[in-house]
Amino acid sequence: MDVASETKTPVVVVDDVHVTYQVFGTGKKATAEKGKSAKKTRVREVHAVKGVSFVIHQGETLGIVGSNGSGKSSLMRAIAGLFPATQGAVYTLGKPTMLGVGAALLPNLSGEKNITLGGLAMGYKKKEIDEASDSIIDFAGLREFIDLPMRTYSQGMSARLRFSIAASKKHDILIIDEALAVGDRKFRLKAEDKIRQMRQEAGAVLLVSHNMKSIQNTCNRVIWLEKGELIMDGEPQAVCEAFISSMEKGDGD
Amino acid sequence: MNLADYAAAHGLSQIGTRPRLMEYLSQAWERRDFALTMSIYASESANARTRLGRWWLVLLPSLQAFAYGLVFGLILGDLRPPNFIPFLITGVFLFSFFSGSFSSGAKAITANSGLLKTVSFPRILLPLSAVIREFINFLPQLAILALVMVAFGQQITWEWLYLIPITLLMVFFSTGLAMISARLTVQVKDLGKLVPFITRLMFYSSGIFFEIERIFAGYPELLAIAMFNPVYDFISLARGALINDMQTTAFLWIVSSIWAFGIFIFGVFFFWRAEARYGRG
Repeated sequence: MDVASETKTPVVVVDDVHVTYQVFGTGKKATAEKGKSAKKTRVREVHAVKGVSFVIHQGETLGIVGSNGSGKSSLMRAIAGLFPATQGAVYTLGKPTMLGVGAALLPNLSGEKNITLGGLAMGYKKKEIDEASDSIIDFAGLREFIDLPMRTYSQGMSARLRFSIAASKKHDILIIDEALAVGDRKFRLKAEDKIRQMRQEAGAVLLVSHNMKSIQNTCNRVIWLEKGELIMDGEPQAVCEAFISSMEKGDGD
Repeated sequence: MNLADYAAAHGLSQIGTRPRLMEYLSQAWERRDFALTMSIYASESANARTRLGRWWLVLLPSLQAFAYGLVFGLILGDLRPPNFIPFLITGVFLFSFFSGSFSSGAKAITANSGLLKTVSFPRILLPLSAVIREFINFLPQLAILALVMVAFGQQITWEWLYLIPITLLMVFFSTGLAMISARLTVQVKDLGKLVPFITRLMFYSSGIFFEIERIFAGYPELLAIAMFNPVYDFISLARGALINDMQTTAFLWIVSSIWAFGIFIFGVFFFWRAEARYGRG
Protein backbone atom coordinates (compact mmCIF):
# COMPACT_ATOMS: atom_id res chain seq x y z
CA MET A 1 0.00 0.00 0.00
CA ASP A 2 1.37 3.36 -0.98
CA VAL A 3 0.85 5.28 2.20
CA ALA A 4 4.18 7.06 2.45
CA SER A 5 3.22 9.59 -0.22
CA GLU A 6 0.28 10.90 1.86
CA THR A 7 0.89 14.30 3.34
CA LYS A 8 -2.12 14.42 5.70
CA THR A 9 -1.78 13.28 9.32
CA PRO A 10 -3.10 9.78 9.95
CA VAL A 11 -5.23 9.37 13.08
CA VAL A 12 -6.31 5.75 12.72
CA VAL A 13 -4.26 3.03 11.08
CA VAL A 14 -5.97 -0.35 10.72
CA ASP A 15 -3.32 -2.92 9.85
CA ASP A 16 -4.51 -6.33 8.62
CA VAL A 17 -7.08 -6.74 11.40
CA HIS A 18 -8.72 -10.11 12.04
CA VAL A 19 -11.39 -10.64 14.67
CA THR A 20 -12.47 -14.12 15.68
CA TYR A 21 -14.94 -15.13 18.37
CA GLN A 22 -15.15 -18.39 20.24
CA VAL A 23 -18.84 -19.05 20.54
CA PHE A 24 -20.63 -21.87 22.28
CA GLY A 25 -22.96 -23.11 19.59
CA THR A 26 -26.05 -25.09 20.35
CA GLY A 27 -28.17 -27.30 18.18
CA LYS A 28 -27.35 -28.39 14.68
CA LYS A 29 -24.91 -26.69 12.43
CA ALA A 30 -26.34 -25.64 9.09
CA THR A 31 -23.76 -27.61 7.12
CA ALA A 32 -22.52 -30.79 8.73
CA GLU A 33 -18.82 -31.43 8.32
CA LYS A 34 -17.70 -34.71 6.83
CA GLY A 35 -17.14 -37.51 9.28
CA LYS A 36 -18.52 -35.53 12.19
CA SER A 37 -21.90 -35.72 13.76
CA ALA A 38 -23.75 -32.51 13.03
CA LYS A 39 -24.90 -32.28 16.63
CA LYS A 40 -21.44 -31.96 18.14
CA THR A 41 -20.86 -28.27 17.63
CA ARG A 42 -19.79 -27.08 21.03
CA VAL A 43 -17.24 -24.35 20.45
CA ARG A 44 -17.47 -22.66 17.08
CA GLU A 45 -15.04 -20.12 15.81
CA VAL A 46 -16.59 -17.18 14.02
CA HIS A 47 -14.24 -15.25 11.78
CA ALA A 48 -15.96 -11.86 11.76
CA VAL A 49 -13.25 -9.64 10.27
CA LYS A 50 -10.75 -11.11 7.80
CA GLY A 51 -7.70 -8.97 7.29
CA VAL A 52 -8.92 -5.40 6.83
CA SER A 53 -6.47 -2.52 6.35
CA PHE A 54 -7.06 1.19 5.87
CA VAL A 55 -5.91 4.60 7.10
CA ILE A 56 -8.10 7.46 8.32
CA HIS A 57 -6.67 10.98 8.22
CA GLN A 58 -7.23 14.05 10.31
CA GLY A 59 -10.66 15.60 9.80
CA GLU A 60 -12.23 12.70 7.95
CA THR A 61 -15.65 11.32 8.68
CA LEU A 62 -15.65 7.75 7.55
CA GLY A 63 -18.89 5.94 6.85
CA ILE A 64 -19.00 2.15 7.07
CA VAL A 65 -21.66 0.27 5.15
CA GLY A 66 -22.36 -3.45 4.70
CA SER A 67 -25.12 -5.96 5.20
CA ASN A 68 -26.03 -7.44 8.58
CA GLY A 69 -23.27 -9.62 9.95
CA SER A 70 -20.62 -8.22 7.64
CA GLY A 71 -18.25 -7.51 10.53
CA LYS A 72 -18.85 -3.77 10.89
CA SER A 73 -19.47 -3.77 14.64
CA SER A 74 -16.64 -6.21 15.34
CA LEU A 75 -14.26 -3.97 13.43
CA MET A 76 -15.52 -0.90 15.31
CA ARG A 77 -15.02 -2.62 18.66
CA ALA A 78 -11.49 -3.56 17.64
CA ILE A 79 -10.75 0.06 16.69
CA ALA A 80 -12.22 1.25 19.99
CA GLY A 81 -10.08 -1.24 21.89
CA LEU A 82 -13.13 -2.80 23.52
CA PHE A 83 -12.52 -6.13 21.82
CA PRO A 84 -8.92 -6.18 20.68
CA ALA A 85 -8.05 -7.60 17.28
CA THR A 86 -7.21 -11.31 17.34
CA GLN A 87 -4.55 -10.73 14.70
CA GLY A 88 -3.14 -7.55 13.19
CA ALA A 89 -3.20 -4.22 14.97
CA VAL A 90 -4.97 -0.88 15.24
CA TYR A 91 -2.97 2.30 15.84
CA THR A 92 -4.58 5.56 16.85
CA LEU A 93 -3.61 9.11 17.64
CA GLY A 94 -5.46 9.69 20.90
CA LYS A 95 -8.18 7.66 22.49
CA PRO A 96 -11.19 6.38 20.55
CA THR A 97 -14.66 6.52 22.07
CA MET A 98 -17.33 4.18 20.86
CA LEU A 99 -21.04 4.75 20.87
CA GLY A 100 -22.95 1.61 20.13
CA VAL A 101 -26.45 0.23 20.17
CA GLY A 102 -27.56 -2.27 22.72
CA ALA A 103 -28.65 -2.43 26.27
CA ALA A 104 -28.66 0.35 28.81
CA LEU A 105 -25.37 1.11 30.51
CA LEU A 106 -26.57 0.28 34.00
CA PRO A 107 -30.19 -0.84 33.61
CA ASN A 108 -31.28 -0.49 37.24
CA LEU A 109 -30.10 3.08 37.69
CA SER A 110 -31.95 6.21 36.66
CA GLY A 111 -31.08 8.07 33.50
CA GLU A 112 -29.49 10.81 35.55
CA LYS A 113 -27.23 8.37 37.42
CA ASN A 114 -26.29 6.77 34.12
CA ILE A 115 -25.19 10.20 32.90
CA THR A 116 -23.02 10.63 35.98
CA LEU A 117 -21.46 7.17 35.79
CA GLY A 118 -21.07 7.15 32.01
CA GLY A 119 -19.40 10.56 32.24
CA LEU A 120 -17.07 9.50 35.04
CA ALA A 121 -16.10 6.35 33.12
CA MET A 122 -15.34 8.52 30.08
CA GLY A 123 -12.98 10.57 32.19
CA TYR A 124 -15.04 13.52 33.40
CA LYS A 125 -14.35 14.78 36.91
CA LYS A 126 -17.32 14.62 39.29
CA LYS A 127 -17.76 18.39 39.22
CA GLU A 128 -17.58 18.58 35.42
CA ILE A 129 -20.22 15.93 34.86
CA ASP A 130 -22.53 17.53 37.42
CA GLU A 131 -22.28 20.77 35.45
CA ALA A 132 -22.70 19.08 32.06
CA SER A 133 -25.62 16.93 33.22
CA ASP A 134 -28.33 19.52 32.52
CA SER A 135 -27.32 20.17 28.94
CA ILE A 136 -27.03 16.41 28.31
CA ILE A 137 -30.59 15.87 29.53
CA ASP A 138 -31.82 18.72 27.35
CA PHE A 139 -30.02 17.48 24.26
CA ALA A 140 -31.45 14.01 24.74
CA GLY A 141 -34.89 15.56 25.31
CA LEU A 142 -35.56 13.21 28.21
CA ARG A 143 -36.23 15.67 31.01
CA GLU A 144 -39.48 14.03 32.15
CA PHE A 145 -38.05 10.50 32.22
CA ILE A 146 -34.63 11.21 33.66
CA ASP A 147 -35.46 9.90 37.14
CA LEU A 148 -36.72 6.54 35.81
CA PRO A 149 -34.47 3.47 35.71
CA MET A 150 -32.82 3.06 32.33
CA ARG A 151 -34.30 -0.43 31.89
CA THR A 152 -37.70 1.22 31.42
CA TYR A 153 -36.45 3.27 28.44
CA SER A 154 -37.36 2.37 24.90
CA GLN A 155 -34.50 1.56 22.50
CA GLY A 156 -34.75 5.00 20.98
CA MET A 157 -34.68 6.80 24.33
CA SER A 158 -31.75 4.74 25.49
CA ALA A 159 -29.81 5.47 22.30
CA ARG A 160 -30.59 9.19 22.61
CA LEU A 161 -29.28 9.28 26.14
CA ARG A 162 -26.08 7.44 25.26
CA PHE A 163 -25.46 9.62 22.25
CA SER A 164 -25.99 12.76 24.30
CA ILE A 165 -23.57 11.61 27.01
CA ALA A 166 -20.86 10.81 24.48
CA ALA A 167 -21.47 13.95 22.43
CA SER A 168 -21.04 16.21 25.45
CA LYS A 169 -17.32 15.59 25.50
CA LYS A 170 -14.59 16.40 23.05
CA HIS A 171 -13.22 13.21 21.52
CA ASP A 172 -10.04 12.43 19.66
CA ILE A 173 -11.77 9.71 17.67
CA LEU A 174 -15.49 9.06 17.82
CA ILE A 175 -17.04 5.81 16.63
CA ILE A 176 -20.81 5.81 16.19
CA ASP A 177 -22.18 2.34 15.57
CA GLU A 178 -25.82 2.43 14.48
CA ALA A 179 -26.49 4.60 17.49
CA LEU A 180 -28.78 6.88 15.50
CA ALA A 181 -30.77 4.15 13.81
CA VAL A 182 -33.36 3.75 16.54
CA GLY A 183 -33.85 7.44 17.23
CA ASP A 184 -36.73 9.31 15.64
CA ARG A 185 -36.24 11.59 12.65
CA LYS A 186 -36.13 14.77 14.66
CA PHE A 187 -33.39 13.47 16.90
CA ARG A 188 -31.47 11.96 14.00
CA LEU A 189 -31.24 15.31 12.25
CA LYS A 190 -30.17 16.98 15.47
CA ALA A 191 -27.55 14.28 15.99
CA GLU A 192 -26.25 14.53 12.43
CA ASP A 193 -25.83 18.23 13.00
CA LYS A 194 -23.92 17.52 16.18
CA ILE A 195 -21.67 15.00 14.42
CA ARG A 196 -20.74 17.56 11.75
CA GLN A 197 -19.95 20.00 14.53
CA MET A 198 -17.89 17.42 16.42
CA ARG A 199 -15.96 16.63 13.27
CA GLN A 200 -14.43 20.09 13.51
CA GLU A 201 -12.97 19.30 16.92
CA ALA A 202 -12.35 15.56 16.70
CA GLY A 203 -9.49 13.93 14.85
CA ALA A 204 -11.86 11.61 13.05
CA VAL A 205 -15.42 10.31 13.20
CA LEU A 206 -16.47 6.80 12.15
CA LEU A 207 -20.14 6.24 11.43
CA VAL A 208 -21.75 2.84 10.90
CA SER A 209 -25.24 3.07 9.46
CA HIS A 210 -27.77 1.39 7.23
CA ASN A 211 -29.22 4.76 6.45
CA MET A 212 -27.51 5.87 3.22
CA LYS A 213 -28.92 9.36 3.63
CA SER A 214 -27.32 9.70 7.06
CA ILE A 215 -24.02 8.47 5.65
CA GLN A 216 -24.10 10.86 2.69
CA ASN A 217 -25.18 13.76 4.91
CA THR A 218 -22.25 13.42 7.28
CA CYS A 219 -19.37 11.46 5.73
CA ASN A 220 -16.69 12.47 3.26
CA ARG A 221 -15.45 8.93 2.66
CA VAL A 222 -17.11 5.51 2.85
CA ILE A 223 -15.87 1.94 3.10
CA TRP A 224 -17.95 -1.12 2.32
CA LEU A 225 -17.47 -4.36 4.23
CA GLU A 226 -18.88 -7.71 3.20
CA LYS A 227 -18.31 -11.04 5.02
CA GLY A 228 -15.45 -9.52 6.96
CA GLU A 229 -13.60 -8.20 3.92
CA LEU A 230 -13.11 -4.71 2.52
CA ILE A 231 -14.96 -4.48 -0.81
CA MET A 232 -14.71 -0.80 -1.67
CA ASP A 233 -13.26 2.43 -0.32
CA GLY A 234 -13.98 5.86 -1.78
CA GLU A 235 -16.38 8.77 -2.34
CA PRO A 236 -19.63 8.42 -0.35
CA GLN A 237 -21.93 8.60 -3.35
CA ALA A 238 -20.02 6.07 -5.45
CA VAL A 239 -19.67 3.52 -2.63
CA CYS A 240 -23.26 3.88 -1.47
CA GLU A 241 -24.58 3.42 -5.00
CA ALA A 242 -22.42 0.34 -5.57
CA PHE A 243 -23.55 -1.07 -2.22
CA ILE A 244 -27.22 -0.45 -2.92
CA SER A 245 -27.14 -1.96 -6.38
CA SER A 246 -25.38 -5.04 -5.04
CA MET A 247 -28.02 -5.39 -2.33
CA GLU A 248 -30.79 -5.10 -4.89
CA LYS A 249 -29.22 -7.80 -7.04
CA GLY A 250 -29.17 -9.95 -3.95
CA ASP A 251 -25.42 -10.66 -3.84
CA GLY A 252 -25.01 -9.35 -0.34
CA ASP A 253 -27.58 -11.63 1.28
CA MET B 1 7.10 1.25 4.49
CA ASN B 2 4.57 -0.98 6.14
CA LEU B 3 1.58 0.27 8.10
CA ALA B 4 3.09 -0.37 11.53
CA ASP B 5 6.14 1.78 10.73
CA TYR B 6 3.94 4.40 9.14
CA ALA B 7 1.81 4.57 12.30
CA ALA B 8 4.89 4.77 14.51
CA ALA B 9 6.41 7.53 12.34
CA HIS B 10 3.33 9.68 12.94
CA GLY B 11 3.23 9.04 16.66
CA LEU B 12 0.21 6.72 16.71
CA SER B 13 0.04 4.14 19.46
CA GLN B 14 -1.44 0.67 19.33
CA ILE B 15 -4.90 0.27 20.75
CA GLY B 16 -6.31 -2.61 22.79
CA THR B 17 -3.03 -3.64 24.33
CA ARG B 18 -2.52 -3.93 28.03
CA PRO B 19 -0.82 -0.83 29.49
CA ARG B 20 2.12 -1.27 31.82
CA LEU B 21 1.09 -1.95 35.40
CA MET B 22 2.04 1.43 36.89
CA GLU B 23 0.47 3.30 34.01
CA TYR B 24 -2.66 1.18 34.38
CA LEU B 25 -2.94 1.86 38.09
CA SER B 26 -2.48 5.58 37.58
CA GLN B 27 -5.22 5.61 34.91
CA ALA B 28 -7.46 3.79 37.38
CA TRP B 29 -6.59 6.27 40.13
CA GLU B 30 -7.58 9.17 37.85
CA ARG B 31 -11.05 7.67 37.54
CA ARG B 32 -11.48 6.68 41.17
CA ASP B 33 -14.61 8.88 41.34
CA PHE B 34 -16.26 6.39 39.00
CA ALA B 35 -15.62 3.40 41.28
CA LEU B 36 -16.78 5.30 44.35
CA THR B 37 -19.92 6.74 42.76
CA MET B 38 -20.85 3.42 41.21
CA SER B 39 -20.61 1.63 44.55
CA ILE B 40 -22.76 4.24 46.27
CA TYR B 41 -25.42 4.03 43.55
CA ALA B 42 -25.38 0.24 43.53
CA SER B 43 -25.70 0.12 47.29
CA GLU B 44 -28.65 2.53 47.15
CA SER B 45 -30.44 0.74 44.33
CA ALA B 46 -29.96 -2.75 45.81
CA ASN B 47 -32.64 -2.17 48.39
CA ALA B 48 -34.52 0.65 46.71
CA ARG B 49 -37.49 -1.51 45.80
CA THR B 50 -38.02 -2.92 49.28
CA ARG B 51 -40.14 -1.23 51.94
CA LEU B 52 -37.48 -1.33 54.63
CA GLY B 53 -34.85 -0.03 52.21
CA ARG B 54 -31.45 0.41 53.74
CA TRP B 55 -32.51 -1.17 57.02
CA TRP B 56 -31.92 -4.49 55.27
CA LEU B 57 -28.21 -3.79 55.51
CA VAL B 58 -28.43 -4.42 59.27
CA LEU B 59 -31.53 -6.58 59.38
CA LEU B 60 -30.27 -9.34 57.15
CA PRO B 61 -27.02 -10.11 58.98
CA SER B 62 -28.83 -9.82 62.32
CA LEU B 63 -31.42 -12.36 61.22
CA GLN B 64 -28.66 -14.60 59.94
CA ALA B 65 -26.82 -14.41 63.23
CA PHE B 66 -30.05 -15.14 65.06
CA ALA B 67 -30.74 -18.21 62.92
CA TYR B 68 -27.22 -19.56 63.28
CA GLY B 69 -27.23 -18.82 67.00
CA LEU B 70 -30.43 -20.77 67.43
CA VAL B 71 -29.40 -23.72 65.28
CA PHE B 72 -25.79 -24.11 66.32
CA GLY B 73 -26.50 -23.17 69.90
CA LEU B 74 -28.80 -26.20 70.12
CA ILE B 75 -26.74 -28.62 68.06
CA LEU B 76 -23.40 -27.91 69.63
CA GLY B 77 -24.59 -28.18 73.20
CA ASP B 78 -21.54 -28.51 75.42
CA LEU B 79 -19.16 -27.88 72.53
CA ARG B 80 -20.42 -24.29 72.44
CA PRO B 81 -17.53 -21.88 72.89
CA PRO B 82 -17.72 -19.52 75.88
CA ASN B 83 -19.34 -16.14 75.12
CA PHE B 84 -21.16 -17.93 72.33
CA ILE B 85 -23.22 -15.04 70.97
CA PRO B 86 -20.37 -12.47 70.71
CA PHE B 87 -18.16 -15.26 69.33
CA LEU B 88 -20.70 -16.22 66.68
CA ILE B 89 -21.78 -12.74 65.64
CA THR B 90 -18.19 -11.59 65.11
CA GLY B 91 -17.69 -14.59 62.86
CA VAL B 92 -20.90 -14.21 60.88
CA PHE B 93 -20.53 -10.48 60.27
CA LEU B 94 -16.90 -10.57 59.24
CA PHE B 95 -17.53 -13.55 57.04
CA SER B 96 -20.32 -11.74 55.23
CA PHE B 97 -17.82 -9.06 54.17
CA PHE B 98 -15.44 -11.66 52.71
CA SER B 99 -18.11 -13.71 51.01
CA GLY B 100 -19.82 -10.56 49.73
CA SER B 101 -16.58 -9.28 48.19
CA PHE B 102 -15.86 -12.65 46.64
CA SER B 103 -19.29 -13.05 45.04
CA SER B 104 -19.70 -9.38 44.01
CA GLY B 105 -16.22 -9.53 42.50
CA ALA B 106 -17.26 -12.59 40.54
CA LYS B 107 -20.13 -10.61 39.02
CA ALA B 108 -18.26 -7.33 38.60
CA ILE B 109 -17.28 -7.95 34.98
CA THR B 110 -19.88 -10.45 33.85
CA ALA B 111 -22.86 -8.40 35.04
CA ASN B 112 -21.78 -5.11 33.47
CA SER B 113 -21.55 -6.02 29.81
CA GLY B 114 -23.61 -2.98 28.78
CA LEU B 115 -21.00 -0.69 30.22
CA LEU B 116 -18.03 -2.76 29.03
CA LYS B 117 -19.23 -2.80 25.44
CA THR B 118 -19.74 0.95 25.37
CA VAL B 119 -17.04 2.71 27.34
CA SER B 120 -13.37 1.87 27.66
CA PHE B 121 -11.85 2.54 31.09
CA PRO B 122 -9.51 0.57 33.35
CA ARG B 123 -11.62 -2.50 34.10
CA ILE B 124 -10.09 -2.88 37.54
CA LEU B 125 -12.49 -0.15 38.67
CA LEU B 126 -15.40 -2.60 38.49
CA PRO B 127 -14.19 -5.18 41.06
CA LEU B 128 -12.85 -2.28 43.10
CA SER B 129 -16.27 -0.69 43.13
CA ALA B 130 -17.76 -4.04 44.19
CA VAL B 131 -15.48 -4.11 47.24
CA ILE B 132 -16.28 -0.51 48.16
CA ARG B 133 -19.96 -1.41 48.02
CA GLU B 134 -19.41 -4.39 50.31
CA PHE B 135 -17.45 -2.16 52.65
CA ILE B 136 -20.29 0.37 52.76
CA ASN B 137 -22.59 -2.52 53.67
CA PHE B 138 -20.14 -3.74 56.30
CA LEU B 139 -19.93 -0.48 58.27
CA PRO B 140 -23.41 -0.64 59.84
CA GLN B 141 -22.67 -4.26 60.77
CA LEU B 142 -19.63 -3.09 62.72
CA ALA B 143 -21.89 -0.78 64.68
CA ILE B 144 -24.32 -3.63 65.46
CA LEU B 145 -21.39 -5.80 66.41
CA ALA B 146 -20.36 -3.25 69.05
CA LEU B 147 -23.94 -3.10 70.39
CA VAL B 148 -24.16 -6.89 70.63
CA MET B 149 -20.86 -7.00 72.52
CA VAL B 150 -22.13 -4.55 75.11
CA ALA B 151 -25.54 -6.23 75.31
CA PHE B 152 -23.89 -9.57 76.09
CA GLY B 153 -21.75 -8.25 78.88
CA GLN B 154 -18.48 -7.40 77.17
CA GLN B 155 -16.54 -4.41 78.54
CA ILE B 156 -15.46 -1.68 76.14
CA THR B 157 -11.65 -1.68 76.22
CA TRP B 158 -8.81 0.07 74.40
CA GLU B 159 -8.28 -3.22 72.55
CA TRP B 160 -11.39 -2.44 70.54
CA LEU B 161 -9.26 0.06 68.62
CA TYR B 162 -7.47 -2.93 67.08
CA LEU B 163 -10.55 -3.18 64.89
CA ILE B 164 -9.24 -0.28 62.82
CA PRO B 165 -6.09 -2.03 61.55
CA ILE B 166 -8.01 -5.30 61.35
CA THR B 167 -10.65 -3.74 59.10
CA LEU B 168 -7.91 -2.22 56.96
CA LEU B 169 -6.24 -5.61 56.51
CA MET B 170 -9.62 -7.13 55.67
CA VAL B 171 -10.21 -4.51 52.98
CA PHE B 172 -6.89 -5.34 51.33
CA PHE B 173 -7.62 -9.04 51.49
CA SER B 174 -11.17 -8.66 50.10
CA THR B 175 -9.96 -6.43 47.28
CA GLY B 176 -7.53 -9.13 46.22
CA LEU B 177 -10.27 -11.75 46.43
CA ALA B 178 -12.62 -9.70 44.27
CA MET B 179 -9.93 -9.16 41.60
CA ILE B 180 -9.22 -12.88 41.44
CA SER B 181 -12.85 -13.95 41.26
CA ALA B 182 -13.61 -11.21 38.69
CA ARG B 183 -11.03 -12.53 36.24
CA LEU B 184 -11.68 -16.21 36.86
CA THR B 185 -15.40 -16.00 36.17
CA VAL B 186 -14.73 -14.19 32.89
CA GLN B 187 -12.35 -16.84 31.63
CA VAL B 188 -14.09 -19.90 33.03
CA LYS B 189 -17.81 -19.22 33.19
CA ASP B 190 -18.39 -22.46 35.11
CA LEU B 191 -16.66 -20.98 38.16
CA GLY B 192 -19.58 -18.61 38.60
CA LYS B 193 -21.64 -21.68 39.54
CA LEU B 194 -19.07 -22.76 42.10
CA VAL B 195 -18.99 -19.46 43.99
CA PRO B 196 -21.83 -20.31 46.43
CA PHE B 197 -20.29 -23.72 47.06
CA ILE B 198 -16.84 -22.31 47.83
CA THR B 199 -18.46 -19.75 50.11
CA ARG B 200 -20.36 -22.46 52.04
CA LEU B 201 -17.24 -24.56 52.37
CA MET B 202 -15.31 -21.63 53.81
CA PHE B 203 -18.16 -20.84 56.17
CA TYR B 204 -18.19 -24.31 57.70
CA SER B 205 -14.43 -24.70 57.88
CA SER B 206 -13.35 -21.34 59.26
CA GLY B 207 -14.41 -21.74 62.87
CA ILE B 208 -17.30 -19.32 62.67
CA PHE B 209 -19.52 -21.16 65.15
CA PHE B 210 -16.96 -23.44 66.81
CA GLU B 211 -13.43 -23.29 68.19
CA ILE B 212 -11.12 -25.06 65.79
CA GLU B 213 -8.78 -25.97 68.66
CA ARG B 214 -11.52 -28.09 70.20
CA ILE B 215 -13.12 -29.57 67.11
CA PHE B 216 -9.82 -30.43 65.41
CA ALA B 217 -8.12 -31.46 68.67
CA GLY B 218 -7.75 -35.07 67.54
CA TYR B 219 -6.34 -34.12 64.13
CA PRO B 220 -3.15 -32.07 64.59
CA GLU B 221 -2.46 -31.88 60.82
CA LEU B 222 -5.92 -30.49 60.10
CA LEU B 223 -5.57 -28.04 62.96
CA ALA B 224 -2.22 -26.82 61.60
CA ILE B 225 -3.80 -26.18 58.19
CA ALA B 226 -6.87 -24.54 59.72
CA MET B 227 -4.66 -22.13 61.68
CA PHE B 228 -3.41 -20.67 58.40
CA ASN B 229 -6.90 -20.24 56.94
CA PRO B 230 -7.05 -16.46 56.33
CA VAL B 231 -10.75 -16.18 57.13
CA TYR B 232 -10.15 -17.87 60.48
CA ASP B 233 -7.15 -15.62 61.17
CA PHE B 234 -9.02 -12.36 60.53
CA ILE B 235 -12.02 -13.47 62.56
CA SER B 236 -9.81 -14.62 65.46
CA LEU B 237 -8.06 -11.26 65.45
CA ALA B 238 -11.38 -9.47 65.70
CA ARG B 239 -12.53 -11.77 68.49
CA GLY B 240 -9.28 -11.14 70.32
CA ALA B 241 -9.90 -7.41 70.03
CA LEU B 242 -13.57 -7.43 71.04
CA ILE B 243 -14.10 -10.30 73.47
CA ASN B 244 -12.56 -9.72 76.89
CA ASP B 245 -11.49 -13.33 77.51
CA MET B 246 -9.77 -13.69 74.12
CA GLN B 247 -6.48 -12.24 72.98
CA THR B 248 -4.90 -11.29 69.67
CA THR B 249 -1.61 -13.09 69.16
CA ALA B 250 1.52 -12.13 67.25
CA PHE B 251 1.00 -15.23 65.11
CA LEU B 252 -2.44 -14.01 64.00
CA TRP B 253 -1.21 -10.50 63.22
CA ILE B 254 1.67 -11.77 61.12
CA VAL B 255 -0.28 -14.40 59.21
CA SER B 256 -3.19 -12.02 58.55
CA SER B 257 -0.90 -9.27 57.28
CA ILE B 258 0.87 -11.66 54.93
CA TRP B 259 -2.47 -12.90 53.61
CA ALA B 260 -3.86 -9.37 53.25
CA PHE B 261 -0.99 -7.89 51.28
CA GLY B 262 -0.11 -11.12 49.49
CA ILE B 263 -3.61 -11.64 48.10
CA PHE B 264 -4.00 -7.92 47.36
CA ILE B 265 -0.81 -7.70 45.31
CA PHE B 266 -1.42 -11.01 43.58
CA GLY B 267 -5.05 -10.09 42.84
CA VAL B 268 -4.21 -6.73 41.25
CA PHE B 269 -1.46 -8.30 39.16
CA PHE B 270 -3.63 -11.25 38.16
CA PHE B 271 -6.52 -9.01 37.10
CA TRP B 272 -4.29 -6.62 35.14
CA ARG B 273 -2.71 -9.47 33.15
CA ALA B 274 -6.02 -10.16 31.40
CA GLU B 275 -7.07 -6.49 30.91
CA ALA B 276 -7.37 -6.80 27.12
CA ARG B 277 -9.87 -9.66 27.43
CA TYR B 278 -12.64 -8.17 29.55
CA GLY B 279 -14.54 -6.47 26.72
CA ARG B 280 -15.23 -9.79 25.01
CA GLY B 281 -18.38 -11.83 25.04
